[in-house]
Amino acid sequence: MAAPLTLLMIVAVTVRAVLFRSSLAELISERVEVVSPITAWKRVIEGLALLDLGVSPYSGDVFHETPLIIYLFHFLVDYAEITFMLADVVTAAALYAAAKDYNKQVFRKQKFALEADRYPPDSLLLPSALRLRLDPLCGAWTSDLLCVSGNVLLSAIFLCLATYQSVYPLTLCAPAMLYLMQRQYIPVNLRRVSFWWFVVQYLFMYLGSLFVLVCLSFFLLGSWDYMPSVYGFILSVPDLTPNIGLFWYFFAEMFEHFRLFFLCVFQINVFFYTIPLSIKLKEHPVFLIFMQLAVISIFKSYPTVGDVALYMAFLPLWSHLHRFLRNIFLVSCVLLACSALFPVLWHLWIYAGSANSNFYYAITLLFNVAQILLVSDYFYAFLRREHHLTYGLYLKKKDGSEATLVLK
Amino acid sequence: MGLLSDPNRRQALIKLLTRLNAPICGMPVDWLVKTMQARGLEVFTQSFSRTLPFPDENTERYVVKGTNVYGILRAPRAPRTEALVLSAPCTPGDNNNQAVGLLLGLAHYFRNQVYWAKDIIFLVNEHDLIGMQAWLEGYHHTNVTGMDWSPLQGRGGSIQAALSLELSSDVVTSLDIVLEGLNGQLPNLDLANLFYAFCQKIGVLCTIQGKLQRNDWDSASGYNHAVQTMMLMVMKQASGRPWGDHGLFLRYHIEAATVKGVNSFRHYKTDATTIGRLLEGMYRKLNNLLERLHQSYFFYLLPSLSHFVSIGYYMPAFGLLAVILLLRALDLWVQLSAQPSRTEDGVAGTEQSNPGVLSVLTPLVISHLTGAALYMLPVRFQEVAVEHFPVSETEAVVLTAIAVYTAGLALPHNTHRYPDMGWRVLKLVALLYLAVLLGCTAVINFSLGFILALTLVPAAAYVTPHVPKALSAFFLVALSPACTLLFSVFFFQELQEMPVSFQDGWLLYLSVIAQGMLDHYLYGSLVFPLVALLVYPCWLLFWNILFWK
Repeated sequence: MAAPLTLLMIVAVTVRAVLFRSSLAELISERVEVVSPITAWKRVIEGLALLDLGVSPYSGDVFHETPLIIYLFHFLVDYAEITFMLADVVTAAALYAAAKDYNKQVFRKQKFALEADRYPPDSLLLPSALRLRLDPLCGAWTSDLLCVSGNVLLSAIFLCLATYQSVYPLTLCAPAMLYLMQRQYIPVNLRRVSFWWFVVQYLFMYLGSLFVLVCLSFFLLGSWDYMPSVYGFILSVPDLTPNIGLFWYFFAEMFEHFRLFFLCVFQINVFFYTIPLSIKLKEHPVFLIFMQLAVISIFKSYPTVGDVALYMAFLPLWSHLHRFLRNIFLVSCVLLACSALFPVLWHLWIYAGSANSNFYYAITLLFNVAQILLVSDYFYAFLRREHHLTYGLYLKKKDGSEATLVLK
Repeated sequence: MGLLSDPNRRQALIKLLTRLNAPICGMPVDWLVKTMQARGLEVFTQSFSRTLPFPDENTERYVVKGTNVYGILRAPRAPRTEALVLSAPCTPGDNNNQAVGLLLGLAHYFRNQVYWAKDIIFLVNEHDLIGMQAWLEGYHHTNVTGMDWSPLQGRGGSIQAALSLELSSDVVTSLDIVLEGLNGQLPNLDLANLFYAFCQKIGVLCTIQGKLQRNDWDSASGYNHAVQTMMLMVMKQASGRPWGDHGLFLRYHIEAATVKGVNSFRHYKTDATTIGRLLEGMYRKLNNLLERLHQSYFFYLLPSLSHFVSIGYYMPAFGLLAVILLLRALDLWVQLSAQPSRTEDGVAGTEQSNPGVLSVLTPLVISHLTGAALYMLPVRFQEVAVEHFPVSETEAVVLTAIAVYTAGLALPHNTHRYPDMGWRVLKLVALLYLAVLLGCTAVINFSLGFILALTLVPAAAYVTPHVPKALSAFFLVALSPACTLLFSVFFFQELQEMPVSFQDGWLLYLSVIAQGMLDHYLYGSLVFPLVALLVYPCWLLFWNILFWK
């Protein structure tokens, strides 16, 4: 199966190179749906320039990436294009390997459970390789985590790198732990010592590497002012440039008095769903990772289409759930219409002056509602399939007549 | 108003202008500079040149060169942060010969007043829209259309509003206001209301679309009149052309309108002094603005100057048309998912007989390549066409476009792999594509979106491989974008009460196509790329479906 993968990668790299060189690159790098104040390439260049001048790159509200990134690009700025393409290729390969691994696992589990259901084809889809987002490294690290099957230390380190970059992958700790416990056949039982021992080990590795990274950043730049610039920026959302997320409009019209309250409410949304989802999906950590990634990319403070593409890359993994999905038509129509209307309403608002921010926010809201509907639909389909696996495809009541399944 | 109150001096001025407008040079630049300086304005010039993609049929030349002259009247006691613009296009000949005179007279009068809080820029542009585009691009430091212009030496702050004058005679019977701008963008309705209010106050007859106001709204003929006025506005807006020099200001978020003087057969004539007083009143009102005009509607249709139809009334009509497409798409989706007859359980399934979305890739790619050919070939290959056929460049471009359009109908279409279900998938994709396309078009340029929806939606919803082929093919071609344009040309002439014969109509149609393509290259009008690259391929998909085997 390596040949189609290589072919697809070559196609993707070519498309990416062509786009980089065309005049579209300028246009796309300005779009607010694609770049956010955290990931904008222009800001990275600005930070590098400040660093070269000997000034801290975090002075002036321009640069919001971590010190490791700035040092990495200090050496790689001339090869930026190749770096991004390489990162995309690595992401794609990691996703492919993870998908294959997961499929094998699912197959084995089901065979073991003596249920010969329809086996999902080994589908390849590499939309992440076609992403035009200019900073895919976070995504690469997040997916590297998956690929590292079974190696606890490496997965802790990569997850820590992803969390260091932007705060939200913290929630991926739980699914990562569940996945690794499943690998090592440790039962997920709150009363067992092995469970707690594993949790303690993992957390120790995770927090330890996080501590190392934070101290390393301090020593790289010699000061702590990257903390408020990076983490304070992500958590307190001072920049209200419109994007495809939910924060900017609310906080633009909010009174100062209530700002902290609403900030907490909005940010808790990202972290809150981890615990119930982990409890429900403790036997299916890969699906939990998908759900968690989707929740992060919908509710984070500065989302871009790159985040959306990341969790959508996982959708073919669950192509066997298609028969249980109920809203796929509506969701695809709405997502398609919103993607077309984003640039139109932006033009009408900013350039023509005939519309205003309400129009753009309406489309943003619709887009996010469609994403939430998609994610919840997949969740429903997954649970329903699990139910059918245990109780059979054709449901019958006790007296033999046909029954219908109702989700309470 | 010293200069213009004496008719003899006015005539002398006009004769001077006409003499200087002799065919040798385009515009009397030096004379204008001297006159404006004599009135106490800060005068600057800007030269520009543009190579047309193909020669304009009126002038038959490739390169247009010209000079804009503008004078800035600085506000006496205000910070120079905002400006208003009064412009008059200067073309050789008698077309607009009075407007510059009026502009200069107004400049002289305005200079003596103390109440100006914004700078006023008096602009005389050459070659109408091309000169205006060059000036606006120079003022705002953008370069959207690839024009070559010299940078502006003097500026006046951000422009709040602009008016453009078109006067061909020194006495007028009525004043017409033109609102439609580039890509169907309209200024704020407040500007039209301002004009109407001043016309009422001063007692000048005002018209819109060249039609007078009527008082009998309840009668059938009154209603008819209003509908005709509104349809004229719809046609003008749908064409995407700027119908006056003001049309290019709108793109920069500057509210602008064109005031035209019309001299017809009436007893009561208004002279230039009254028009000057009207303009002075409007400028004093605009001077008092604290913020840009944004309180009133930006999206409206005007059946008369005192009535308007807002977006809340006309958008639902379009919405209902788009819903037809969505319902059809839903119907097809349900048909596609219910394909395998599994009635034992309540689970909907998609089976292998369903071709999947990738099978529509071939017709989609072919249609879009044809659309790209329609967009690029006419202008690229005009030299080749002129060598081989006895036509001028403009005709070559237009006829190549029509040829590519017709050739697209004959292309091989599908891959015959899924004879029964394949067309359903294609139709589903095509319906959704058309719905999204029409929705986006209607949001930007409602009239264009509505006219396209009116003609394409019935055909799109109806067509399947099983309808009678010859009749449906005829209707599909009759409702295609090109034929819609042809009918619109005839309809537009009818509405303006200047019906044309078929020959003249056909020539007018060809010139409309040429003008549309030229507008795209010169000012960035979106109608031509929209139709060529998006609407035409979508229509071709439905043509595909009709002839699916």
